[in-house]
Amino acid sequence: MRDVYAFLTGPGAWVAWAVFLVGSIGRLFFLCRLAKARDASSLAYMSAGYSLRSILHWLIPFGTLGWKENPAMTAATFVFHVCLVLGALFVSAHAVLWSSAFGLDIWSLPEAVGDAFSLAVVACCLFFAARRLFLVEVRYVTTPMDWLILAIAAVPFATGFLARHHLGPYELMAVLHVLSGEILLIAIPFTRVSHALFAPLTRAYIGSEFGAVRHAKDW
Amino acid sequence: MPANEEAPSTVQDGRERKQQVTTVADRRIEDANLRRAVAKLDTDKIANVVMAVLEGEVGAKLKMYNQACVRCGLCSKACHYYVSHDGDPSYSPVGKATQTIWKLMRQKGRVRPDELYDMAQIAYTECNLCRRCVHYCPTGIDTGYIISVMRRILFKLGVTPLYITDTANSHSGTFNQMWVKEDEWIDSLQWQEDEARDEFPNLRIPLEKEGADILYSVIAPEPKFRTQLIYQAAAIFHVAGVDWTMCATPGWDNSDMAMFLGDSETMGRLKRMHFETAQRLRVKRIVMGECGHAFRSVYDTGNRWLGWRDHPVPVIHSVEFFWDLLESGKIKIDHKLDETVTIHDPCNIVRGRGLTEKLREVTRAICRDVVEMEPHGEHNYCCAAGGGVINCGPPFKSVRMAGNRIKADQLRATGVKTVIAPCHNCHGGLEDIINHYGLGMHLKFLGDIIYECMEKPDAV
Repeated sequence: MRDVYAFLTGPGAWVAWAVFLVGSIGRLFFLCRLAKARDASSLAYMSAGYSLRSILHWLIPFGTLGWKENPAMTAATFVFHVCLVLGALFVSAHAVLWSSAFGLDIWSLPEAVGDAFSLAVVACCLFFAARRLFLVEVRYVTTPMDWLILAIAAVPFATGFLARHHLGPYELMAVLHVLSGEILLIAIPFTRVSHALFAPLTRAYIGSEFGAVRHAKDW
Repeated sequence: MPANEEAPSTVQDGRERKQQVTTVADRRIEDANLRRAVAKLDTDKIANVVMAVLEGEVGAKLKMYNQACVRCGLCSKACHYYVSHDGDPSYSPVGKATQTIWKLMRQKGRVRPDELYDMAQIAYTECNLCRRCVHYCPTGIDTGYIISVMRRILFKLGVTPLYITDTANSHSGTFNQMWVKEDEWIDSLQWQEDEARDEFPNLRIPLEKEGADILYSVIAPEPKFRTQLIYQAAAIFHVAGVDWTMCATPGWDNSDMAMFLGDSETMGRLKRMHFETAQRLRVKRIVMGECGHAFRSVYDTGNRWLGWRDHPVPVIHSVEFFWDLLESGKIKIDHKLDETVTIHDPCNIVRGRGLTEKLREVTRAICRDVVEMEPHGEHNYCCAAGGGVINCGPPFKSVRMAGNRIKADQLRATGVKTVIAPCHNCHGGLEDIINHYGLGMHLKFLGDIIYECMEKPDAV
């Protein structure tokens, strides 16, 4: 188990980062090239100002029609994404990794906050899963991929919390935590987690259309 | 016709009802052309055309939408079809994408011809391309675009509903949507000029006047069966002293069912003709009558197909033009309409051109009292006629009626009798809704009211 852990935190981590970075840049590069070739009549209207206008409006909880009419989902979506990103980057155990791997001394979250964030991510995943199971309109469009990415997001946080508190077999939890975290990184370019890469672009695009062409709000 | 007595008459009542999951098979409607077209197809032919469009025509936009859509279902409540069918998920925007284009992408186009029939029913009759769902999607997905790609594929396979196909054929053959012949067009204008000269002795409907300030273009139903609208427009322009002209050649009809069919080639020919006519007459700008879809076609869609980022001649919608005339004092209001009105916001000029406020300013300038629908402006519910749905003809009227119960609720709740809708499609759609649900309301264009209420200094 120690060897596995050493591998995952050593070469495994570098591979995961490399796949994530090269994969993400590659996917964005090829899709942008395709957009230039085929979607010129859309790209022509891209506008930085209106892109930002749209993105900012949608970053305000309950600031748009869609957010207002789905309050529970809105709350879960914001809590989930904020806790996931801040948690992954800034829990205290990760600060050590930033320092040892990249020589970066970064600020980290107090441990209790890190715990709360981890639990919040898992709770939100359970909420999303419940929606997929019990809301007819969500169940109708749910694919195996949607379950997969839910698991990919939840497992690193669940195992991280368990490992930190020595709940369950510690070594196994630690290995699963690192492994699932690396899977999450690798999954960003190659599964629907890629909405992390593409949603800012699709949001910017529709914001540009509604701002520069249609002179209407898109929120 | 009264409302269907078995169904609850308001969506509110329906909240008690269980959400049903239906399929198109449960609601399939016979259409002669759809039936004929799918009979000629097999899976290989379908896959070839699907892949030709997916690989050859569309690009990163559709692929990114497929990736960015996390299937969260938040868009469901945006759609009048979904809401009116008590939350049947097969009518939600993402539900419709799932049953059509997402399926084709996943299966590389390998579907049976009868599956394509169902996809056509969804794409042509169960989505108005109104884009209300844009206000609900956190990742900014434009389901209208997704369904348009689906229609493009169906058009290339010939799987298109009969009535709208005939309309597009008329566009292709005559450059107008109602098989109006050139002499009939000119006759109609001269007839309206004659009529109007009884009221305004010096009124002209200028034809082919080179160098006029504006070219006024309309949709073919105006000369065909709503000629009074041309009369009214002529009266308003006459009183305002506008330097205007109409054209005597094809290019006068700004409408475009080819766009909604997926026949981009014909759309391009129509829009080129329309703009080139304006250029030939050396007008400064084009003013378009009170129609929404035509505006979408000229302002937002056709120019892109032709590779023009901007418009060779500036284009403005009647609502904006009326606003100009009232604002500049060229039209003065003699008396305001003495009844309470409500405003229906057409998607193509409100969500498509941001005319929400100008529409209200014009309405307040000419009407005594305005009651807003809820929701309104960009968030207004669609008329369910647009996007070519009403043009799919009588076989699909029931789709619009059952699919827009929410609009009936919204109209009823205003408690007024007069609805202003500056769009032909909205008129057609709302008229059917009003009759079907027994709402006892009537519709007006802005032009109707301005004509009725303006000062007419030289009228006899």
